[in-house]
Amino acid sequence: MSLADILIILINGTIIFSTPLILTALGGVFSERSGVVNIGLEGLMVIGAFAAAVVTIFAGEQWGLAPGLAPWLGILAAMVAGVLFAIPHAVASVDLKADQVVSGVALNFFAAGFALFMVKKLFEGAGQTTTVQHTFNKVNVGFLADIPVIGPLLEGLFNIYPVSYLAFVLVGVAYYVLYKTPFGLRLRAVGEHPRAADTLGVNVRRMRYTAVMISGGLAGIGGGALSIAISSSFTHATVSGHGFMALAAMIFGKWHPLGAMGAALFFGLATALASLSQTIGLANYFPSELLNALPYLLTILALAGVVGRAESPHALGKPYEKGSR
Amino acid sequence: MNNSTASRWTALLVPTLAVVLGLLIGAVIMALMGYDPLVGYTAVLDGVIGNSYFFGETLRAVTPLIFSGLAVAFAFRTGLFNIGVEGQYIVGQLAAAYVGVSFDLPPVLHAAMAVLAAMIAAGLYAGIAGWLKARLGVHEVITTIMLNYIALASANYLIRNFLKGPGERTEDILPTASLASTWLSDMFEGARVNWGLLIALGFSLLIYWLLWKTTTGYELRAVGLNPHASEYAGMSVPRNIVLAMVISGALAGAGGAADTLGVYGYMNISAGFSGIGFDGIAVALIGSNNPFGVILGAILFGGLSFGADNMQRVEGIPTESIKIVISIVIYFVAASAIVHWLLGKFRRRQEVQSS
Repeated sequence: MSLADILIILINGTIIFSTPLILTALGGVFSERSGVVNIGLEGLMVIGAFAAAVVTIFAGEQWGLAPGLAPWLGILAAMVAGVLFAIPHAVASVDLKADQVVSGVALNFFAAGFALFMVKKLFEGAGQTTTVQHTFNKVNVGFLADIPVIGPLLEGLFNIYPVSYLAFVLVGVAYYVLYKTPFGLRLRAVGEHPRAADTLGVNVRRMRYTAVMISGGLAGIGGGALSIAISSSFTHATVSGHGFMALAAMIFGKWHPLGAMGAALFFGLATALASLSQTIGLANYFPSELLNALPYLLTILALAGVVGRAESPHALGKPYEKGSR
Repeated sequence: MNNSTASRWTALLVPTLAVVLGLLIGAVIMALMGYDPLVGYTAVLDGVIGNSYFFGETLRAVTPLIFSGLAVAFAFRTGLFNIGVEGQYIVGQLAAAYVGVSFDLPPVLHAAMAVLAAMIAAGLYAGIAGWLKARLGVHEVITTIMLNYIALASANYLIRNFLKGPGERTEDILPTASLASTWLSDMFEGARVNWGLLIALGFSLLIYWLLWKTTTGYELRAVGLNPHASEYAGMSVPRNIVLAMVISGALAGAGGAADTLGVYGYMNISAGFSGIGFDGIAVALIGSNNPFGVILGAILFGGLSFGADNMQRVEGIPTESIKIVISIVIYFVAASAIVHWLLGKFRRRQEVQSS
């Protein structure tokens, strides 16, 4: 295999592995920018992964939906499920003035229990869904492949699932919404100084509810991308820590959509490198078990060395009480 | 009733009501899914106290949860969220297995050295996260999560290359390092309940004493409550953060040692986490981050989880329904405002009636 081939596979793998992380980290940005800690991203991903796999399987194989549409219905279901499951977290964090970390932990436990409970119910006691048959087809660059020289290169690089394109588009959308619209300004304001925002007539409660639900929707899609496009089924191990990785990507990216995307791509690269290690002979020099630990080690080093102190939104984790100082 | 006893009662009431609400809502969900919750809960209870073997095995399952719950609770009390108990537990298992397999020492001393090694190794491992937070301001939630994966991968690597025994595991530990107890085991018809349980109870007392009866404990809690004020009062915030993580990790490591030396006698190469560290978060929360609360929390959590296996085996109701119950309990512990609000209503009504 030539170096160019390896590079293409590596970049391609990076994009695929980082897709769920990008989407979920974006969700984290929305929630935490509004001042609500969302450690429940892991659970929201679990719910999304479960809903996407189940709906895609049933839509494609039993309801007779066109094979091309089934995964999209799955992703839609993942988003809706994510939004719905984020609501209890919003209720606890905004109205009940609960400890948001604890509420997030509860959400993670609930999602893990509920999803597997339903899988056992739907698949005759099995601990996992059947394989997703009608998954996404990889979308290529189309006519651009006809361009001489760089055409084949592009074709190799962008042989990816449509959800990956969706993830990148949503990064742009999130950036625009958060930084270029009044809604985004208000959302960030309630996360920095809710009392000031309240004084100026921003409905803190409604903003935070909206932000947490958006975060649920995005994490749901992230989980859906994981179960449909990457692992092709849902088991108890499908998500296993991706939500926490997304949380790390969000902090690593300093609570900014572009930063979060960059961090997620970095994690994706490390994962792609580990999975490529056999092919490119890296495993001969470095034990594969330790390569699996590489993304995590790099994250710690990056957080410790390069990034420095990350400034979180000022009112993060603090419930807002009207009229309090 | 004076104020402090009143708040102590509330501290007990919140988790109790949370448990009741959790069981009720869990029952509703089970019923909606077409299972009879009464049959389910009976089977759970049967799986715990149905015979003395089950009860002994429940205690075996409760033991590591006391350790991991203590580790999380201790960190919470000092203002830290240690999600890394899972990894520290693995490091403890590994260190205990290493000492248990590789050294030749007299009984009791050997076991004690193995537990000590596990506590030191896991304590230092957790100390990395403490140091990174204290010196570089890196959030401990992120580093401890990352350290979990690193611990899992490294332990697998070390076992495969340096401690490999028959199959996908280490050699058996020497009998001198074992924490298995014949009299405890005989008492429960051969269940694997072991000395680890008594060590766990001992550590609960020790942690209570450390946190509330010593200067070190006072400083640790003060730094957790208000780092700025503590620094102004002359306490070293970085030192206390690192110390808190080391002690929390050591407790997690002791849990790993108890399981390796007392239950299994070896350590497996494993594809994923045992979940004991994550469950410790729930145990600590149910126990209001109090060492004695942790014991109760571990009994509740361990009992429900262990009994759930029996429910699935006998009645075919998925064990996950118990996980749902536990998550609802945690939710209501977090949202204790609901409970306080209910209590407030209740009190007001009493006052109206008595006047």
